[in-house]
Amino acid sequence: MDRNSNAYTFIFAIILVAVVASALAFAATNLQPAQAENVKQEKMQNILATVGIETTRDSAEALFNKYIVEQVALNDQGKERTDVDAFTVDLKKELKKPVEEQAFPLYVADVEGSQYYIVPLRGKGLWDAIWGYVALKDDVNTIKGAVFDHKGETPGLGAEITQGWFKKRFDDEKIMDESGNFIGVSVAKGYQGGDNKDDNAVDAIAGATITGDGVTDMISERLQRYLPYFKEKTNVKVAMQ
Amino acid sequence: MAQNKESKKQGLILFLSDTEEREGLLGKKNRKLLSDPLTDNNPITVQVLGICSALAITVQLKPAIVMSIAVMAVMAFSNMIISALRNLIPSRIRIIVQLVVVAALVILVDQVLRAYAYDVSKELSVFVGLIITNCIVMGRLEAFALGNGVYKSFLDGIGNAAGYAFILILVAFFRELLGAGKLLGFEVIPESFYEFGYENNGLMLLSPMALITVGIIIWVQRSRNRTLIEQN
Repeated sequence: MDRNSNAYTFIFAIILVAVVASALAFAATNLQPAQAENVKQEKMQNILATVGIETTRDSAEALFNKYIVEQVALNDQGKERTDVDAFTVDLKKELKKPVEEQAFPLYVADVEGSQYYIVPLRGKGLWDAIWGYVALKDDVNTIKGAVFDHKGETPGLGAEITQGWFKKRFDDEKIMDESGNFIGVSVAKGYQGGDNKDDNAVDAIAGATITGDGVTDMISERLQRYLPYFKEKTNVKVAMQ
Repeated sequence: MAQNKESKKQGLILFLSDTEEREGLLGKKNRKLLSDPLTDNNPITVQVLGICSALAITVQLKPAIVMSIAVMAVMAFSNMIISALRNLIPSRIRIIVQLVVVAALVILVDQVLRAYAYDVSKELSVFVGLIITNCIVMGRLEAFALGNGVYKSFLDGIGNAAGYAFILILVAFFRELLGAGKLLGFEVIPESFYEFGYENNGLMLLSPMALITVGIIIWVQRSRNRTLIEQN
């Protein structure tokens, strides 16, 4: 067959595409379970890390079942929803819905007698999505710990939000002011506060202003949705704007 | 016995091209395929290809190393596949065919990493997609694999990826060291330096300094080997 004829070109292209497509489809289907397992274990690892339990991916599931005593999905009024499973809620999809229809997953951890509320976060960084988890102590005001991750932030700059030294800055920060009004925690450029934990701010990363702002927005947007629940559930004073 | 040897030889000739068989697997010419791209025919400093990824991923040493390995795998295999198909590919759609092969391999590498080396795949994140648009990969397919045997193309792929890797790692070494005072994430500049007033150069973390670093490497290389300087 003439290699320059139209018929040959078409047949070659069709065969090539069919072979490549089936090879990729085969690989994707077969690798999918292992990939999903990795993602699930990493999620458990991250949730546990917010309450100070560092684990490997292999032991994440056992420890998760041990320490996480409650998983609930809430609606925007802070009422529990029974129609969704909290762990499988995909925030990426939820954030596209109107607030009234969203599900807000919440994990309750019990570590050596102390209770923590763990809230999943999701927002926008400079290049793509950023997400994370933040654990609140049972006064629902003080942060126990936070974990952040990102899809495509710049290594050395925005991607540093995943690093331990940055996450540590959030420990013991307050999300409300003295009278109980919700403020959140802002990642502040040119922060002068040192180790002050009562100013609702932490020091930003140099060269990662937009990613830092993304973290600020994500914390305040997500956490305020849980205030109705906290107000009802805990004895602590939670004022709402 | 002699017949057996002859048929083995025939099989080898089918796989390799005629000249390769005469040269031996790592003959002088084949060795040159591996060593040339490291120095006098380096894809980054001499051909000035693949600059985009050299700018993007050299902030830290670790992603640069992982990227180099991924590029090496993709280049070796895409070169081999295109070389094996070289007598079948219709010349009018050869670029599309090359692109499909490269894209398929990149996706495959990404999927496998995500399933079996999850931590590494997270490290790569955005970079793995960049391999598809890497000019060196397409350049070698077009310039070498379409005209040479499978084994030679494999060596050429490895050689060029190694040349790319060498520059990438060199640039990343200086950028991470001077920009963050670390190597592979470990602090290497002693605390006492900072006490004496040494400061990390934040400029090194920004893309322009990657370009300048590559420029300095090109300068050093051309001043050592004057035959590389273009005569207009």
